[in-house]
Amino acid sequence: MGMLDAPDRHELEEVSTPLYANRVRVYPQAVQGRVRRAKWAVLAFCLAVYYLLPWLRWDRGPGQPDQAVLVDMAHGRLFFFWIELWPQEVYYLTGLLVLGAVAIFAATSLFGRVWCGFACPQTVWTDLFMWVERLIEGDRNARMRRDRKPRWDWSDRARKLAKHGAWLLIAMLTGGAWVMYFNDAPTLLRDALAGDVSLAVLGFFGLFTGTTYLLAGWAREQVCTYMCPWPRFQAAMMDADSLIVSYRGWRGEPRGKARAAGAGDCVDCRACVNVCPTGVDIRDGVQLSCIGCGLCIDACDSIMTKLGRPEGLIAFETLNNLAASEAATAMLPPGAARRGPGMAARQAPRILRTRTYLYVAVLCVVAGAMLAGLALRQPVGLEVLRDRAPLFVKLSDGSLRNSYTLKLSDRRHEAATLAVTVEGLPEGTHLQVVGSEASDAAGRPLVTTKPDGVAEWRLLVTIPAGALPQADSTDVTIRLLEPAGDRSLASQHSVFLGPKP
Amino acid sequence: MANKIEHDAVTGRQTTGHEWDGIKELNTPLPKWWLWTFYATIVFAVVWCILYPALPFTGATGLLGYTGRGEGEQALAAHRAATEPMLERLRQTEIEQVLADPELRAYAVAGGRAAFANTCAGCHGAGGQGAQGGFPSLADDDWIWGGKPADIEQTIRHGIRAAEDPETRTSQMPRFLADGMLTAAQVNDVAEHVLSLTGRATDAEAASRGAAIYAENCAACHGDQGQGSHEVGAPRLNDQVWLYGGDKASIVRSISYARGGVMPAWGQRLDPAVIRMLTVYIHSLGGTE
Repeated sequence: MGMLDAPDRHELEEVSTPLYANRVRVYPQAVQGRVRRAKWAVLAFCLAVYYLLPWLRWDRGPGQPDQAVLVDMAHGRLFFFWIELWPQEVYYLTGLLVLGAVAIFAATSLFGRVWCGFACPQTVWTDLFMWVERLIEGDRNARMRRDRKPRWDWSDRARKLAKHGAWLLIAMLTGGAWVMYFNDAPTLLRDALAGDVSLAVLGFFGLFTGTTYLLAGWAREQVCTYMCPWPRFQAAMMDADSLIVSYRGWRGEPRGKARAAGAGDCVDCRACVNVCPTGVDIRDGVQLSCIGCGLCIDACDSIMTKLGRPEGLIAFETLNNLAASEAATAMLPPGAARRGPGMAARQAPRILRTRTYLYVAVLCVVAGAMLAGLALRQPVGLEVLRDRAPLFVKLSDGSLRNSYTLKLSDRRHEAATLAVTVEGLPEGTHLQVVGSEASDAAGRPLVTTKPDGVAEWRLLVTIPAGALPQADSTDVTIRLLEPAGDRSLASQHSVFLGPKP
Repeated sequence: MANKIEHDAVTGRQTTGHEWDGIKELNTPLPKWWLWTFYATIVFAVVWCILYPALPFTGATGLLGYTGRGEGEQALAAHRAATEPMLERLRQTEIEQVLADPELRAYAVAGGRAAFANTCAGCHGAGGQGAQGGFPSLADDDWIWGGKPADIEQTIRHGIRAAEDPETRTSQMPRFLADGMLTAAQVNDVAEHVLSLTGRATDAEAASRGAAIYAENCAACHGDQGQGSHEVGAPRLNDQVWLYGGDKASIVRSISYARGGVMPAWGQRLDPAVIRMLTVYIHSLGGTE
């Protein structure tokens, strides 16, 4: 295969490089080890959460959806366990995105591209698809052999067909799980089995099925290398103290046979390259295509163990430590003699750095603001929209009227009756709510809220001719009270306007 | 492309030969699938041009026969079909019952607000605030032809002095000075009397002279206390709301040359349901009786 015997770029003669490159297929080899186990664990956790979360139930009382996590587009509600968000609170999602971004920045500054290598959906699903591919088509060598055949026999064709079938099935489950987050999962599944689904559901199912199949089955590392913007600026978060997947060149170079005199620890077996899901050679150093998954660490460790050499020729290591080890071992002969002094020259990586302090500070501020916002949310909200056309109305007896639109939001699931008061106006001021004749014992008009919704009422405030305020603008406070006990539930400031004196 | 192959000193990579202010572009080959994706977009564009009306000046309508106007008409038809049941309920329900039904009322206020902005706001102002010079406010409690919801509905349907509707509300105030029914001095006296109805007379003697003239010429329509009459559309004169101005000069002018606004009869142009919604909306402004 071309990848194996591609000539080194420096050996190329003066031939103009083409403007468009053929894709070099990557055939990652299976690998076992600590990093691989960690990746399996993260994969299992992420996929379990993704596929199962919509099926989790959460009792919210009658008439309310009992799905723990649900984005209800039709009613404009987002349910997350005990939290219910309204569309006007979309800033919590913004906060969540800010938290996610800063958390990734912080993780990157500490451990390099752990997001890319372990938790990114592209990596998780690609890993899953590669596992399926390996089960059906065999490991690296078998797959390469099959793809090089001029003609496929029936067994080859059956395996290819089975692989794509399995991929499509996973992709459909993925697309199916996606639409469950926007619809009641059991209902949707029942309707889907009965062949009764909306075009929107079908469209999103198709979209996510198609993209999953395409991106995890076909595009794979091309997404990371050519499409994703993150690798292009992730270097801005990393510094010489970030723990990144590194080849300890001071120990490995010069490469040579296991028994060759004067050779370093690297036996140039290319195990690290063979297992790489993006097909890079980690020994070339930090590079854009490396997603930091660390599978080369496992591959190299297993070879080193076989050779009876200590593990860690490839490891999560900082650039500072690489330089320190390099300096400490420069004068020593390659190989075993360098191991001790090289490792001794290392220092514990500095976790606490200006940038990590800053990231943690931003995380704390944003998380604190969001928590405070959630904790201080009131069940009843009041918005007051003053009528601007007309600003005020002069009635036939000379009294002056202002009108206000009251928007009462009530998060509780039962309608409540509340009394309206206006503070700051003279005695004799008359309050009237259009469409509501009811008033309490104190003569205050009553309004009802809409359960889990926004009710709209028009409030007419009339000051009699004899008591008109001197100024053309009077500050008022409109308040909602519980009729019993006079507890104030919500209030808003506004003004009462009149003609200029 | 440059004829001579150049290498970047730092990376050893070839350059494309393109140079901007001394910075040379490295040749990083684009993957071929990206190129094919680009070609696919071109094919997409061609297919689009065949299916949809995309070529200017050719009159080509595209294979799908799509037009933006047609889509708009479909959307309108769908909207009409969706609103029809509610509109039919409005047509079948008397105005008082509409006001008593919270669901119908909320629907009618929302629909009436839109219809009002479209047909009424031009004269009566946004929010029914009215304008000086004969455009009555609909938010206050002073009504010339009656402020009960049924009266308002009648006014909207048949208009005021609307030539096109035989059932329109109509009355004519005489032009007392212009037609020689009163002298200028008499008009002045009547004006003083009218001012005295709201306690603003400046010349008590003239006002008392005017009272007699008022009783003879004006009281039949405007009432002996200036309380007005909804039956003939005679405005109240003993309140604080003046459609054509309440100062003496304006009142003198009103008596001398008469006033009389005109409103179209909307019953011939609007759906009865829309007229009902307009009535409910005006009722929601708070000034109705």
